[in-house]
Amino acid sequence: MCLAIPAKVTAIDGMLATVDMMGNEKVVGIDLVPEVRIGDYVLVHAGFAIEVLDEEVAKETEELFWEGANAINERE
Amino acid sequence: MPLMNASEQKRLAERYLEEIRELATEPFTIMEVCGTHTVAIAKSGLRSLLPANVHLISGPGCPVCVTANSDIDRFLYLAAQPGIITATFGDMLRVPGSRQSLAGLRSEGADVRIVYSTLDALELARRHPAQEVVFLGVGFETTAPTVALAVEKAQAAGLANFSVLAMHKLVPPALRVLAEDPELHVDAFLDPGHACAVIGTIPIEFMASEYGKPGVVAGFEALDILEAILMLLRQRQEGRAAIEIQYARVVKREGNRAAQAAIARVFEPRDAVWRGIGAIPESGLGIRREFADWDAANKFSLPEFDAGEIPGCRCGDILRGRINPHACPLFASRCTPVQPIGPCMVSSEGTCAAYYRYAGPQR
Amino acid sequence: MDKITMAHGSGGRLTHQLIRSVLQKQLGNAYLDQMNDAAVVPAGERIAVTTDSFVISPLFFRGGDIGKLAVCGTVNDLAVSGAMPRFLALGLILEEGLALADLERIIASVADAARKAGVQVVTGDTKVVERGNADKVFINTTGIGLLRPGEPVGPKRIRPGDAVLINGTIGDHGIAVLSEREGLEFQTPVASDCAPLNGLVDQFFGPGVKCMRDPTRGGVATTLNELALQAGVSIVIDEEALPVSPGVEGACGMLGLDPLYLANEGKVLAIVAPEAEETVLAKMLNHPFGRQARRIGTVTADEPGLVLLQTALGAKRIVGMLEGEHLPRIC
Repeated sequence: MCLAIPAKVTAIDGMLATVDMMGNEKVVGIDLVPEVRIGDYVLVHAGFAIEVLDEEVAKETEELFWEGANAINERE
Repeated sequence: MPLMNASEQKRLAERYLEEIRELATEPFTIMEVCGTHTVAIAKSGLRSLLPANVHLISGPGCPVCVTANSDIDRFLYLAAQPGIITATFGDMLRVPGSRQSLAGLRSEGADVRIVYSTLDALELARRHPAQEVVFLGVGFETTAPTVALAVEKAQAAGLANFSVLAMHKLVPPALRVLAEDPELHVDAFLDPGHACAVIGTIPIEFMASEYGKPGVVAGFEALDILEAILMLLRQRQEGRAAIEIQYARVVKREGNRAAQAAIARVFEPRDAVWRGIGAIPESGLGIRREFADWDAANKFSLPEFDAGEIPGCRCGDILRGRINPHACPLFASRCTPVQPIGPCMVSSEGTCAAYYRYAGPQR
Repeated sequence: MDKITMAHGSGGRLTHQLIRSVLQKQLGNAYLDQMNDAAVVPAGERIAVTTDSFVISPLFFRGGDIGKLAVCGTVNDLAVSGAMPRFLALGLILEEGLALADLERIIASVADAARKAGVQVVTGDTKVVERGNADKVFINTTGIGLLRPGEPVGPKRIRPGDAVLINGTIGDHGIAVLSEREGLEFQTPVASDCAPLNGLVDQFFGPGVKCMRDPTRGGVATTLNELALQAGVSIVIDEEALPVSPGVEGACGMLGLDPLYLANEGKVLAIVAPEAEETVLAKMLNHPFGRQARRIGTVTADEPGLVLLQTALGAKRIVGMLEGEHLPRIC
């Protein structure tokens, strides 16, 4: 019931937003977080953003992503 | 907590575990009531790190697995009709009704599509205007708002070939049933992180204030769960009972107002039958009359099916923390992961499924 | 004529035209060109033979298509069995109405993959079924390979202490295909890892390599479970060592999937004697299909038949075989 992951909002079009989850892009509903802005991190459950995550968490999530991506990429 | 690299995580975990070990002088049983916690605990292998005195047990936390036979038989009946596309979350595919599951019906020719979101189900309806798309509405309060929004969007778009069969379950009534049980062998609760992100903690504060059971709303990483366990042990040590939030980066006491409002606009509470437990008053959601055209139960005439619980199934006792799987006469004989009967085995990480995998059917 | 019709499968002129203009044109070689009922090929006294059928949908996906898959899948089964793939038989079942352009594209992929793998398609068969009786194209490939000299590889040689190596990231194929499925669609940078592994295996194979498997359906978890049961050992996977690309991690997080259970089409698990681990790993890393090779686990004697995962926090849990389908979930 509770499977949700952080994603970064990259575009907004009405009540839909494009979010990025570690390189994957999905269009999700933002009806439940109408205050969201581009660049925010949201928690996505079943195709809808259900919370906006605070900035500190957002920054750290992004860092973690790049750390993981670099760990793979450096071996290429 | 701040995200850290692997060695920092290990150090923090060790600090939590040290204090947990110090505080776990007496047996302490914690029940989690969220299917995602069941899976997270199993995958993190936390039980192998915790001291023997701390017991983590699974309650009725998987809203899909507690879907009653009668509800499943009802949607299987609908799914078998010509012209119906059944859209469902993947979780529901293998849950058995009294005779078969949706997967079984699909192999007989029913048009069943797995979707990630209700938005995908709406899209199916748009792409297949000659067919009826029925979405199976399951899940707790985390998912219910997304289904409510789908109903409103269908109404706004005049999408006539879309409807929802609502089988949602609510967390607070289930907690109350557990707390009311005089034989409940549970000292504290790990509360569902994302359901509480929606409903907040106010609706579950009664667990502490009326029943004296501490609860901590926990996130889903191993460190989140460890910290929550520690917070519960501290409450016991301090002789307190409160509902605290470990998952503060996501959960607020008042929850998500927009999500709560969406649920209230489209749904109303109704009695529901929980597999393995039975009827719990006002523990489900029904679609309001003004959305009757998008309510599959109203749109299609569906027969009522018997509860038809299998005799011998003791999930109810397992979910209430009273017994463990080996005490159930059906465990590993008639009830196995491939052919599960009760929710404890239906859930891939349910108590019985986990026992079966670890201990094996013979041991 | 731009679509496949029942007449193409009747064995008459249209069939011959199809075979000549599409199949022979792209795949032609000395054996195939003879167009006999059977191809006669040189092989030793004992050969490795394997067969696989491919029914994947969609036909075309990021990183490959059913044609490439049909070659690589069979080539890889031979390669991990310690054989050097040489010849393929290609069986096609086409659904009436299939676009000719799609068939040509698929056969071009077969030809390209066969060239890269150093194998020849020496014989084949083409049938057409009525609309609705096949999902556009079903392909079967049977492969023949020559056995290497020396001790055969197999689970019987596995011993506690052996290292479990893999040549790269897991779950890529599974996610690439899933991302195109109706109802789950999302944009992903993840591409299928579909690749012929015989060149890589040629590179690292040696006496220290005891057993190899390609973890296709059911993922690494299912394959390691099979090995643990067959060899009567336990295998401990080191969670921190598992190579998972960020794209796969993000997609799995969204859909509630576990990379350990997702299909791979360009990966080989090698169970290797401890003294040979360093050399084998170095040779893998030296090959284009092994740039992210690493050790992911160890064979132990503790819990025979079981596969365990050691988590980042040092906890241990069981990794079971895949039960039923690995489905996206919200719970």
